[in-house]
Amino acid sequence: MAFIDYYKILEISKNASDKEIKKAYRRLARKYHPDVNPNDETSKKKFQEINEANEVLSDSEKRKKYDKYGKDWEHGEAYEKAQQQQYSQRSYQNQGTGGSFSEHDFSDFFESMFGGTYQRPRHSQTKYRGQDFNATLQLTLRDVYKTHKQTLTVNGKNIRLTIPAGVENKQTIKIKGHGGKGINEGPGGDLFITFNIKNNTNFKRDKNNLHTNIDLDLYTAVLGGEITLNTFAGKAKLKIKPETQNETKVKLKGKGFPVYKKEGEFGDLIITYHIKTPTNLSKKEKDLFEELSKLK
Amino acid sequence: MTKDKLISIQTICTIYNIEFSFINSLNEIGLIEITKIDEIEYLKKNKIDAIEKMIRLHHELGINMEGIDVISNLTEKIKVLQNEIDFLKNRILFYED
Repeated sequence: MAFIDYYKILEISKNASDKEIKKAYRRLARKYHPDVNPNDETSKKKFQEINEANEVLSDSEKRKKYDKYGKDWEHGEAYEKAQQQQYSQRSYQNQGTGGSFSEHDFSDFFESMFGGTYQRPRHSQTKYRGQDFNATLQLTLRDVYKTHKQTLTVNGKNIRLTIPAGVENKQTIKIKGHGGKGINEGPGGDLFITFNIKNNTNFKRDKNNLHTNIDLDLYTAVLGGEITLNTFAGKAKLKIKPETQNETKVKLKGKGFPVYKKEGEFGDLIITYHIKTPTNLSKKEKDLFEELSKLK
Repeated sequence: MTKDKLISIQTICTIYNIEFSFINSLNEIGLIEITKIDEIEYLKKNKIDAIEKMIRLHHELGINMEGIDVISNLTEKIKVLQNEIDFLKNRILFYED
């Protein structure tokens, strides 16, 4: 566990006055508050550090203890016991400043010095929603082709989640009430899950449409024929028209990706034919091609 | 608008321990919309998250109404831009081999 320099976090000197601490806290809180930096994990972490620094430095008792034992935080417990004996008759008042944060938001260093059971009083009995949690879920393109259920463990709680078919890469869904606990009996926060969808197929996704390339041999392209294609929905037979040109695109309606939250609706599958010229021709093949060329 | 989609301002003020004047100021600046039914004033329930954010900005950061307005607009813009970045990243993936 590393020592945390709360003065450095609040960008103030060691002999800063209460007024300077308050001013520095407010300035940095305005800069890093999660409400002004949505979905920014770095700012959120920084705000928690600022909150913690303020929690300690704005309280004269805590500041005294921190200044005395800061770097030797291991001795904090002994100090705490001595202090408890001294002040056992005195009620504890704290200068905690706002912020919808729970004790879970304090560092191990803080917990070690000031204990983990400490509850910060709010400036009123205002009910606040709990903290929102953010999580990332790794899925494959094949996973999100069909609606499926998955169980996630968030903060020790199992959450059974239905992932609708057709979710987009980087799309975020909200699970109401599965975030942090509310403060003063306020409602729970929400859980936001962002999907990271890896594509390890031969298909490329463009919203609800799927694209794929198919190599055709010259003879099938010239004379026509039939090929079998593996799609997400199973095997599909495709008729190739005679005299098919290179880069010809064919659209299979409704064979693409499912439309998000519209059951039974699908995008299209767009196939591009790449015609492969034969190589390593035998003498007979070359002769026949020459014969063909003379016909034109 | 049916009442089940609304929450009375009085309830909001009690839960969040705020003055009615705060809600009124948000309404005046156009940040929220008050609906009046049978002389009782309501807010849309789906705006509670946004209102809570405004309360936090005001009480925790000491930001005034104009500041809340600017922050709300800018964070909304960030959200739109973030969605656009995600959309464009997905488009890049489409063109990458």
